[in-house]
This record gives sequence, C-alpha cells and structure tokens, in this order.
Amino acid sequence: MSFKVPAALEAQLDELATHYPQRRSASLMFLHALQEHFGHVSNEAVEWTAAKLGLQPINVHELVTFYPMFRQQPLGRTHVKVCRTLSCALAGSAAIRRHFVEKLGLDAGRHGPQTTPDGGFTVEFVECLASCGTAPVVMVNDDLVERCTTADCDRIVAAGSGKGGSR
Amino acid sequence: MPEPVASSHPITIDPTMSNAVTNAPAAPPPVEKVRVKVDGREIEVPKTMPDWQGKMQPTTMLQACKIAGVEVPHYCYHHKLPVAGNCRMCLVEFSTPMMDPATRKPVLNEDGSPKMARSVLPYEPQTPRGAIACATPISPGMEIHAASPATKQMREAVLESLLINHPLDCPICDQAGECKLQEYSVQHGQAASRFVEPKVHKPKAVDLGPRIMLDDERCILCTRCVRFTRDVAGDDALGIVNRGSYNTIASAPGRSFDNNYTLNTVDLCPVGALTSKDFRFKMRVWFLKETPSVCTSCATGCSVTVGSREGIVHRYEPRENDAVNGPWMCDSGRLNYRWIHRPDRLGKVLLRGAESDWTSAIAELAALLGSAPKGSVAFVASSRQTTEELWLVSRIARKLGALTDTVAREGEPDRLLVSADKNPNSQGARLTGVSFTEAGVTIPEIARGIDEGRIRTLVVLGEDVTKAGISSETLARVGNLVVSDILPNATTAAAHVLLPGCAHVEKRGTFINGKGRIQRFGKAIEPRGDARAEWEWLQELAVALGAVEPSRSIEGLFNRMASDVPALAGVEWARLGDLGVTVPV
Repeated sequence: MSFKVPAALEAQLDELATHYPQRRSASLMFLHALQEHFGHVSNEAVEWTAAKLGLQPINVHELVTFYPMFRQQPLGRTHVKVCRTLSCALAGSAAIRRHFVEKLGLDAGRHGPQTTPDGGFTVEFVECLASCGTAPVVMVNDDLVERCTTADCDRIVAAGSGKGGSR
Repeated sequence: MPEPVASSHPITIDPTMSNAVTNAPAAPPPVEKVRVKVDGREIEVPKTMPDWQGKMQPTTMLQACKIAGVEVPHYCYHHKLPVAGNCRMCLVEFSTPMMDPATRKPVLNEDGSPKMARSVLPYEPQTPRGAIACATPISPGMEIHAASPATKQMREAVLESLLINHPLDCPICDQAGECKLQEYSVQHGQAASRFVEPKVHKPKAVDLGPRIMLDDERCILCTRCVRFTRDVAGDDALGIVNRGSYNTIASAPGRSFDNNYTLNTVDLCPVGALTSKDFRFKMRVWFLKETPSVCTSCATGCSVTVGSREGIVHRYEPRENDAVNGPWMCDSGRLNYRWIHRPDRLGKVLLRGAESDWTSAIAELAALLGSAPKGSVAFVASSRQTTEELWLVSRIARKLGALTDTVAREGEPDRLLVSADKNPNSQGARLTGVSFTEAGVTIPEIARGIDEGRIRTLVVLGEDVTKAGISSETLARVGNLVVSDILPNATTAAAHVLLPGCAHVEKRGTFINGKGRIQRFGKAIEPRGDARAEWEWLQELAVALGAVEPSRSIEGLFNRMASDVPALAGVEWARLGDLGVTVPV
C-alpha cells in the first residue's frame, strides 16, 4: 500500500502547524490525524510527519512508540480492550484476557496488543476504563461490556467472527 | 546530515594555548569565588565555570567536588555534553545555611558559626533529600556531604535500580575492565542482588550501523550517545523508544547510524551497551598497553591512545586534548590502523634486489651521496614522516644542494574534525623547509631534472612518486633510486636501494598539525622484520655526510632540530608533554 496523504488533510495539517510557536509541538496532532485517516501510524507516516515539521524520523518514532494509543500496525475489525487496573484485576481481568487470547489462537505470554492473522480481532490489556464499580470491564470497539464473563467473551468473539479483514 | 545547532562547536580551544609556544596559562582574569564545604573541608571555587560548550555557567556541586578532589560517581554527566540529569547516580546530600524567614539573616549557633539545614523531604523531614550534583548549582556556605551515610544509601539504591534488568554478563562483555557499572558496583554497590523477579528482556546484538553493535539489555539509558550524535556530531539519529522498563535506545526504523563519528558513542557509553564491531570480542581491555599517540589520517592530528598487546595494535581511542580534538575523533581515522599489520609489509634491506644489512646500506648511501655532484640529488619525502625525519632530510639536502618536496594529499573536510589535508605533518615539512607552502610544486622540476639527466639520484621516503608526478618512465632514468617505505608500491619495486620503514606506532617522534600544534607520540610496538625508525638511519647518514652533529636519542635530536628551525625556537621535547604546544605557522 503506497502512502499518500490526501491534499485536503495535508492542507488541514499545514494550517494546524501554524498554531504552534514551534512546529515540532504539532507532532502529536499530526499523528492523531494520520491515525484517524489511515487507521494506524505507519513508518511512512512517521517519516512524512518528520519531514513536514523539520524533525528527524527518530524524534517522531519516539512519540509513536511511547503512547500506546498510537498504533504502528493496523487494528483488527473487532478491538477488544481488557481493563487491568486494580478493580478489574481483582475481579478477574487476567482470566478474561486469557480467555479471549486462547479462543482466538493468540499468544497469552506476549506483551502488548495482538491481532489475529485474518485481521478480525485485536486483543490487549489497557489501563483503567473508568468503570471500577462494574469490574471486570472490557471495551469492544466503542461499546463497554460491564461485569464481563467468559460467556460474554464467547458472544463477542462469535459476533465479531466472519466480518472479514482489518478495519 | 543536518547542520549541528548553530554556535555549538564542541571543541573549545583554550585561548591560553592557541598562540603561545608554551603550556603555561596566561594570568587568569579575576574570578568571583564562592566558599563551600565538601565533606567538612572548606574550599573556594569559582562562582561560574565553563559548561560543555565552554560558556560560563553557575558552578555545579559536581564541579565543586571535583575541585575538592572528591569524585562523585556519575553515568549520564559528561563534561563535553549537555547535562541530562537522568541517571541519578550523582545524588548527594547537602546542607545550606539556615535563614531567618523574618529578618533574612543567617541563623547562628552559639559559637557564632552559621546553623546549617540539611536537605530533607518536605513532607518527611526525617528523611534526607539528595540533589543531583551534575545539575545543581552551588550556593555560598553550602556543604556537600559527598560521603555521608545518606549519600551512600542513595548511591546504593540507584545502583540497585540500574542493575534490576541488567544481564550481569560481564564475563562476555567487551566493556568489562573499563565499565562504570562494574566500578561503581564495587565502590558503591551491594554485594548481593535482592532481585528475584524475572528480568525484562530487550533486543540484543542490534545492528545500529556499520560500525556499532547495541545490546539494549546492558543499556542504562543515560542518553550520552543520543546527546553526542545530536548535539556534537549534528546527526539526530538516536532516541529512546517505548516506555517504562521497555525503554530502549534505537535509531529510526530503516535508518542506519552511520555518520563519521559513531564510534565516539562507544567511548562515551559508560556500560557495555554500545560496542565497536571492529573491536568487539577481540581483546580484554586490561591486556592492552596504552601508548599516547597522534592520529595520522589528516592534518588535524587528533590525540589518540593506541591500545596494543604483544606487538599488535588493537584499537585507537581519542585522547582528550582541548587544543586539538577535544575528547572526540572520527571513525575513519580511528579505524585506519589495520595496514600496520599487512602481511606484505617491507621487512628487508635490499641493495639492487639482493638482501643486505643496514651497515652496508648506510655506508653505500654515504659514499654515493658524498661523491654526488652538487644538484644531482633530489628528495621526495612524505608529509607522513616525522618532523625530525623531515628536518634530517632538509639538512642533508642543504648539504648536497638537492631539491626537496613532499606530496600533497587532499580530501573532503567536515565541520567537526576532518581536515582537507590528509597528511599528518604538512606543517612539519613546511617549517623544516622540505616543501614550500604549497606541497608538490617542486616535483615537476625534479621530474624535468631527471629527464634531462641533471638529477641522477632520487631519494624517496614514504611515497609512491609514480602517482605524484614522476612517471614510471622518468623513474626508470634515475641512476640511483633510494626508497624507504612501509608497504610495497610501484616506486619500491623500482628501487636500487630499498630500506624498510616504520609505522608511526613503531617509533617516536612529533607531528605538527594544520594549526601548528606540535605533538609527540610514543612507540607502541616493535617494527617488523629489519625495519628501523627512519630518523635513526637518516641521522647516521646525515652525520656521515657532515650535515648534523649526532644525537643519541630522539629527545636530543628534537632539541637540536628545535634550535635550528626558527618556528620551533624555545620548544623542547620535555615541554611538549602529552598535549603538545602550539608553534607559529
């Protein structure tokens, strides 16, 4: 896939950069916009941002790897975020994640987000989803699943299966 | 490569050293002083001191401790890099004089001495609070407790934290023996680890660039390499990626860390994370003999330390010299030593192709040159020869009325250290009169002299003249071709008298760099085969011809030369020291 920023988006970003006394301060906003458009921040997007803002690629690469909400790979069609902060951890979030990961044939021992080979699902641990009273909670794309059980996990996997490749 | 930050030229030249034929500093301008105590001992330190760029900044606790002769352990701080303050190793406890908040006057003890307030945590006044000595300015009356129990405890804790994910693989680590983690662990650390959890694993043997290998597990994230390449080399290529315990040094994906100064990051790395591909797994550093020397790859003449063992050179490292190279050197110069050990080195004295010895060769040369008609001899000597050798050439040539010249060697300069002049001693050749300001202008005249039969004898030291304006056909017309060189070439192949020469690491002498810095270098290894230092046989020849009085040592020869060459007036071997002196050029 060749990397091409649409002219309208580029114009919007060029204008955005003028809002900052130092161009490099616009880095995060550039990356958000590019992720919004492409679904993830590719290495081409990093190089493009660096060139636009007069930076070296490493400066932008540092940012992208620091913030977990920047995605370096395309996400699965169904994005499962399992909360692992205290309440959810006590209420069994580790078992919930393990259930998802094993059901989807992913590696339970691996750190960070994982996507199924067909691009159907991405599963990851996240920090607090601000619903401690209904722990454990899971976010499936933009929907919150409260008091999540393994039965809910199975339902989510069934609902998301067969929808095809990544977003 | 992007331009380095403007006005950030990293090499600060001590103004007292630049134009004097002396190392003695000029009378210092009056400096405002501050009195502080280090471990109970009162000292006076300047209120401001030079920072990494030489700009005056408030004196830090670390600098004050150094003046007091007290070492504060540190990793990320380096006197020629911007302060980062991230390793926390230099934490020290300190006290400041108590102030009465109402009167803004110092609170005094009964004996009249100022009452001191120890630094403590604001919310926990019984717990001492450290400050990082590298980035905390001193204040009048401050006391730095560099050896207090609280300071020791802070160091222990910092070291323990730095070692949490460290692989502790010293037995296979190249840095072992010159590793700050090892040294500080012995001096300030705990004997046993309390860490029982699994360690975080990070990338190993990362191919960062053509000359650098990175082990991220050994890295303590001090960012010296990041700051060096960004702020000194002007190539913003390295950074810290990922987060928390997964932090790693990296270059951008698909980008190679390949500027001409990358190997300085290996010197800077306080641990074994950045290693030189050239040196790694070759030699334990404690076996290396260290000889102060000078790099010969260009007219900058960076001060270097040659690391050798049992006659083999294993590495060059920059040796700090603010009048020349600061603490840095370029990669191309640093790696330009392998030729010393080439198997085809010339190692035999040859008289018309037959093996001979030095005594016969010098006797024959003395007879040949002594009986040569005036003007029938010419010399082409390399500007890679030492100043003493060039002076001897010049003296012999003067005696014989011979033409002399050197061969120019030009290349691409850069804005940090690399000079366009690729000869290490062009100034030595000029000052001793072997070449004119422009090297090589006499060579066409020498070639013409040979072609017209006026010049019958050509003496060549360390150059292939067939590549420098004297063609093979012209060379074939020379009646007596005397050649001294280290490696074979077209000129050595045509020589009637062939004398094996020495690499500079095999002899002693001096070079004068492009700016007139005259530096001496030591002998690291023995010459190969029958090779002899050129100054030795040149002197024997010069004495036989009555061109100089004999000197028994390089010291004596140097001093004799210095009294003969106007630009070197007043310079003595003993006063050159390890950093050299600057002479007018």
